[in-house]
Amino acid sequence: MASTGHTVKAFDSDLGQIRGLVSEMGGRAEAAISASIQALQRIDLEAAAQVVQEDRRIDELEAEIERAVLRLIALRAPLADDLRDAVAALKISGVIERIGDYAKNIAKRVPLLSEMRSSEPMAILPAMARSVSDMVRGALDAYAARDAAGAVAVQEADRHVDDFYNSLFRTLLTYMMENPTSITESAHLLFIAKNLERIGDHATNIAEMVFFAATGEQLIERPRGGDPLAVEAE
Amino acid sequence: MERIGIAGVIGVLALACGLALALAAAAEPVTLTAGVLLGVGIALLMWVAQHWSREPEAEAEPAPPPARPAPKLEDLLGAVDDPLLLVEGRQVMRANAAAIRVLGEHVVGEDVRVAIRHPVAAELLAGESHLEGSVELIGLGAADRHWLLSIQPLGQGAKLVRLSDRTATRASERIRVDFVANASHELRTPLASLIGFIETLEDANGPDEAPVRERFLKIMAGEARRMQRLVDDLISLSRIEADKHRTPADPIALGALARETADTLRGERWRTRIELAVEDGLPPVTGDRAQLSQLLHNLVGNALKYGDPEKPVRVKVMRSGTTMIKLAVADEGEGIAAQHLPRLTERFYRVDAGRSRQAGGTGLGLAIVKHIVERHRGRLDITSTQGVGTTVTVLLPIAAETGHSVAAE
Repeated sequence: MASTGHTVKAFDSDLGQIRGLVSEMGGRAEAAISASIQALQRIDLEAAAQVVQEDRRIDELEAEIERAVLRLIALRAPLADDLRDAVAALKISGVIERIGDYAKNIAKRVPLLSEMRSSEPMAILPAMARSVSDMVRGALDAYAARDAAGAVAVQEADRHVDDFYNSLFRTLLTYMMENPTSITESAHLLFIAKNLERIGDHATNIAEMVFFAATGEQLIERPRGGDPLAVEAE
Repeated sequence: MERIGIAGVIGVLALACGLALALAAAAEPVTLTAGVLLGVGIALLMWVAQHWSREPEAEAEPAPPPARPAPKLEDLLGAVDDPLLLVEGRQVMRANAAAIRVLGEHVVGEDVRVAIRHPVAAELLAGESHLEGSVELIGLGAADRHWLLSIQPLGQGAKLVRLSDRTATRASERIRVDFVANASHELRTPLASLIGFIETLEDANGPDEAPVRERFLKIMAGEARRMQRLVDDLISLSRIEADKHRTPADPIALGALARETADTLRGERWRTRIELAVEDGLPPVTGDRAQLSQLLHNLVGNALKYGDPEKPVRVKVMRSGTTMIKLAVADEGEGIAAQHLPRLTERFYRVDAGRSRQAGGTGLGLAIVKHIVERHRGRLDITSTQGVGTTVTVLLPIAAETGHSVAAE
């Protein structure tokens, strides 16, 4: 709740409701990331199907948030930080929906990897997933607390995830060269790593919106790390 | 509930006794009235006595708040160590001190789903169909904390949400398993070489084999010491992990500690390679002295070991923002390739296994640093440019003013 209540109490409760929905959606996306990676580690097809199934609820929540925000803007015509809050909720819900989709994509690949023997890349993925989950958690915590400093920390953490991705990219390339029979599986793992990396980028986007909603200023975007392909070419 | 019933029965009995007493004494209206009054008085007294004796019990399981005499709900909630939230509809009305420590100060007044962001909890908290129940949650407050969430409906849409910490039981199990797995694997190598040397020595008894014996014994001593260091590191790692969720509370002057570390290391064979720069007038950080000292030793030790031996190791302690102190340890040397960076803090991950072993590394130094930083609610960052050098940055929270350290344990 903003530090001082509004004269129209219903506004506070509307906004509170929207923040609740965004947080619930975020919680579901967080759970989807860890569930999909766990399903991958254990090659648990049922758990993977469950993640795919539960993504629907995330989509429903997005639609619900959109309706609620439009209603709030239409009926209450919010200004200043209230307007920023409403717009941030709308944009963040869109980003969380994407995060949910990436988690779903990871889960969808689990059946394709069921024949896979454990390999070194498989050992790195969970660590990368943990880093990514930490970012998503950090971004959503910052949203819950309207914490601009927390948002900046999330943006800084994105570099680690990029490093992970580059590291995995090289490892997987080497692995594919050495084990041509496993190219299909390695390619799937590469896509999973890419999905995780994208989730990290989206967590950064959430952090940027949280920062904007809290301060009214744009978070200066950090310089992006080089593309691994570009590194290979040098 | 039962007690109120008993009190009522006793009250009615007392009333009846009063009446009978009055009737027995005389049929005079004055005595009758006095008897009735006596009965009513006793009944009231009983009720009040029952009411007061009920009061302290409410701490364990707050019943629906009695209309009067208004009990201090704040105090009741605060007296419980587990995080408690009082929720009306979906809004968090009150949170006790423990809840604020775990979930943050912002939760009061927010939607309960903002406070507890977990799908299962969201269903349990929002679903009107099954209001009661408890569920296990992972990752509230910190990534791997385990909680048992239980909800007690208090009537009229109010709910008491209670979290009890199950982390310790889980953590001790896992740490034991990890320890056995890691230790047995890493100890096997030096042990195998020790056995090999001992077997060779059994045959090398001749008088002219003294130099061989001497050389072998030296290697054996080295291997044995490596095992000892490994065991020490493993023990301190598991100790730090066990304490992970107990935030340290002592104010530590990081600058002075860095100076001490630099002095002890300079005293060893490294001489004057350490360049220390401490900003003036720095506030203390919240920390555990022994652990921060270990952190400094590991970081500076690494920089001395892996940096260029001709170049200085720069240690800086300075402010970072309003809430953090920054410690940076930079070496100049060949640096670390980017693909190794994210994995440096894994246990037993080595960029160059042979070299690490030669330098006496156990493969646990940075894992220990990472766990110490996590326990201190700080941040660890490693950057490196190949051919230039490596910088390790640690951010630690500044100690709260002793005047209003609300969250102090």
